[in-house]
Amino acid sequence: MSISGLFWQIFAIVMALALAPLLTGWVNQCRAWLQNRSAPPLLQPYYMLHKLFHKDVVLAHGASTLFRSVPVAVFGCMLLACAIIPTLSTDLPFAPAADTIALVGVFSLARIFISLAAMDVGTSFGALGGRREMLVGFLAEPALLMVIFTTAMISQSTSVVTIVETLAHRDFVIYPSLAFAGIAFTFVSFAENARVPIDNPATHLELTMIHEAMILEYSGRHLALIEWAASLKLYAYSCLGLALFFPWGIAEGNSIGGLLLAIPVLLAKLTVGGGLLAVIETINAKVRIFRAPEFLGTAFLLAVLGLLVRLMLETRV
Amino acid sequence: MLTLLPIDVLLISACTWLAIGVTGLAAPHNLRFVGKFLFPLGALVGLLAGLTALEFLGASPEVAVLAIGLPNLPFHLRLDNLTAVFVLLLGFTTVGISIFAAGYFRKGEGTAPGLQCLQYHFFLASMLLVLLADDAYAFMVAWEGMALSSFFLVTADHRHAEIRRAGYLYLLIAHVGAIAILLSFGVMTSGSGDYTFDGMRAQAHTPFWASLAYLLALAGFGAKAGLLPLHVWLPEAHPAAPSPVSAMMSGVMLKTAIYGLLRVSFDLAGAPQWWWGVVAMGIGLATAVFGVLYSAVQSDMKRLLAYSSIENIGLLAVGLGLTLIFHSYGMEILAALTLTAVFYHCLAHAVFKSLLFLCTGSVLHATRERSLGKLGGLIHRMPWVAWLALVGVIASAGLPPLSGFVSEWLLLQGFLFSPGLPHPWLNMVVPVAAAVVALVAALAGFAMVKFFGIVFLGQMREPALKDARDAGPWERVGLVWLAGLTLLLGVLPSTVIGLIDAATRQLLGTGLADKVDAHSWWMLAPISPARASYEPLIFLATIVAAALIGRALVRRLYHGRMRRTPAWDCGYIFRGPRAQDTAEGFSQPIRRIFEPMFRMERHFPTSRDAQPYYSVKVGDRFWYWLYLPLVRLVNGVSTLITGLQGGRIAIYLLYSFLTLIVLLLVARP
Repeated sequence: MSISGLFWQIFAIVMALALAPLLTGWVNQCRAWLQNRSAPPLLQPYYMLHKLFHKDVVLAHGASTLFRSVPVAVFGCMLLACAIIPTLSTDLPFAPAADTIALVGVFSLARIFISLAAMDVGTSFGALGGRREMLVGFLAEPALLMVIFTTAMISQSTSVVTIVETLAHRDFVIYPSLAFAGIAFTFVSFAENARVPIDNPATHLELTMIHEAMILEYSGRHLALIEWAASLKLYAYSCLGLALFFPWGIAEGNSIGGLLLAIPVLLAKLTVGGGLLAVIETINAKVRIFRAPEFLGTAFLLAVLGLLVRLMLETRV
Repeated sequence: MLTLLPIDVLLISACTWLAIGVTGLAAPHNLRFVGKFLFPLGALVGLLAGLTALEFLGASPEVAVLAIGLPNLPFHLRLDNLTAVFVLLLGFTTVGISIFAAGYFRKGEGTAPGLQCLQYHFFLASMLLVLLADDAYAFMVAWEGMALSSFFLVTADHRHAEIRRAGYLYLLIAHVGAIAILLSFGVMTSGSGDYTFDGMRAQAHTPFWASLAYLLALAGFGAKAGLLPLHVWLPEAHPAAPSPVSAMMSGVMLKTAIYGLLRVSFDLAGAPQWWWGVVAMGIGLATAVFGVLYSAVQSDMKRLLAYSSIENIGLLAVGLGLTLIFHSYGMEILAALTLTAVFYHCLAHAVFKSLLFLCTGSVLHATRERSLGKLGGLIHRMPWVAWLALVGVIASAGLPPLSGFVSEWLLLQGFLFSPGLPHPWLNMVVPVAAAVVALVAALAGFAMVKFFGIVFLGQMREPALKDARDAGPWERVGLVWLAGLTLLLGVLPSTVIGLIDAATRQLLGTGLADKVDAHSWWMLAPISPARASYEPLIFLATIVAAALIGRALVRRLYHGRMRRTPAWDCGYIFRGPRAQDTAEGFSQPIRRIFEPMFRMERHFPTSRDAQPYYSVKVGDRFWYWLYLPLVRLVNGVSTLITGLQGGRIAIYLLYSFLTLIVLLLVARP
């Protein structure tokens, strides 16, 4: 661990904290344009956070300490996820703390916390949201793990850093298995980030909500932290997808030149990715909750197919 | 000067347990004496046994021959590293359970406390002897002692017919298993008449006989562990038993079966065949999926945990199978990796499942209710139990940074290496099995959220729950001990692996310790840091630090104001406890998605019902596919045979006469 490595690590975390709401704002703006609505300002998520932090917390009578601790815990989990996914450079002092399998664990830890918090107040919508979130979770998690298995078998490692180094720097080979894995990963990230077609972040219809139903009882700074954590999750998933499937541009080591190049490359990739996300969200309709198993089952099968393609067709490199 | 070898200390521990048990008979109804004196004493003995095993790990085996037994057939005992790992598990888990039990027993619940004390400590001593036994005879005696004492513990509340039935089923399957184990030992002696394990090791088994011994052992120990299809006793016996006993059975007794399986397949039966591993893995995967799905749809909290134990046993069998596959191809490093995962999961599951069962015990005492549909909101009344249960829940869901995740992580790492298997289709099929393991892990999270959310969160579903009181001081100490062990197992994987490595080396010849020790003590990198690494301590510290700094910053930059109002719930007016999800409602997605797995009896309300109600009863398909046909067959055969019984002496004489004639015809010189 070097001083400069530590500096860039902290820089990456701060950048994640700062950029995550911007990414959400950008996706919302693109969605509005594509849907012929007048778009909210790009910085709207920041205004929201600021407003929410200012407001008093209005807590339900039945809320326990667990309910109040979950927002910070989820926020901590997402921050850790952002710390171990390489965004700018592969020299991350925190990266050995968790490999990709543990990364999946971080996401499910956050999911379990937030589902439990949803059940805490004891309202009908809260429990409904928690149950659906866990449903989406247990369908998406195996698919995500299989995607990770495919990439791990290519690079002979589950460490995110090694995967990026192998795919981006060692050799340039077209892996058909990665195509399957990439599609599966896209499916999973839509489900995990509560986007259309599984969930709608802008919904106002209680019965169709998943994520929104879980956080109905939150307000003030708690809600702000949860919203920020949700942005961080979207950012983390985007960066993970970029790191696994489009790793070019991430600097190996921490030479200033490489890092200065990596920042605009990352911004460009996120801009394009956010736009694509908005396009996919716009051209799809939200599916009924019991079509979600079909959607995520497809993702799971694609991921397993990717793994099989890797095992059967690709020679061991 | 008299020096005590570790094996002597363990023998003394077993004898002390027996003595404590017998002392309980002196004052069987004196709750203070039995509860506040004998059980803590038993816990101390457990601590002694655990520490002895800890101290022993890494040393060379010790043997002892007891003068008891049959003429010319004394008890042989042996303490080696495999035994020591399981004694460690037994000892440390016992500490928590016994201390909890000190505060648990109440007046007027079935068997007198003194008698239960005898049964409980006899159970402990026989489990220790099972682990120490070095000949088939001592093993079977201890094994039967374990089955019988636990049978009496399960039926402690024997006034209820369903508990007697559960106990009977348990005893029946335990004995079917015992017969298979006995046959397996018989096969391994190869007719030499030498019943010591040393004698069995010395035999050169042909592949056929070795495989037969392995399969018999798999069936026999599988019956005890709860592998499919011999799992049916588990969800019946665990809810019936008092909670410390459920904890002991689920946490420790199931692991003795895993111990037996490891002992036979790696130590006694000779060189393993690759397909042994495939069989174990197949059964393990089926068991794990079955267990977790049924666990997610249960409405009784102890049944939910019992099915979750079945799932964990399935995962252990998967790990064992993978180890056998690697081992049979001579890939010892990878075998060591997965075997470490098996040991780790044994330890982790013993601790967190005992913790969860004990928590249900506290809830049961506070509310007299086992059904999830009548609980809820207990975090307000029982904060100690609730928060400690949360530790168990996170570990049981296999989430970082607690103990369940470490073993899962090691197992998945093992799967990642399986494409290197030198077998044309194993190297394709085995990696895909990891997908099933991933599904099981994710579903376990669902079941655990259901368990914790319905019991401890939300509004209280019954008015009587307002009077629930938190666990007493003894119970708290027991729970804190187990929760602390869960945390330690979670954040110090390298240290723990360094300890259990001696057992891995004993079975496989290589271990992980030199690789693990090569890095910092907080880092777990079983192969190499570039390949995979996990640092739970940093993991935990980062989350906690981020959470605390975030909280402090928000409060400093803005404010910490808060006020309480009724819940919002989108403005809906009906917000009573009945508006929450029931246990059945929560698991509806599982029942719907995996519908073919369940046998459901449902009643739907119609528009004309005066008192509409909905009910669903989920039954185990194995009852209807396997057990009921078997029972019908036995009944049919018995009915046929009763036809012989006419009740007239002339007919019986005729039978004897016919038998004589047949014998004369057959046995003609």
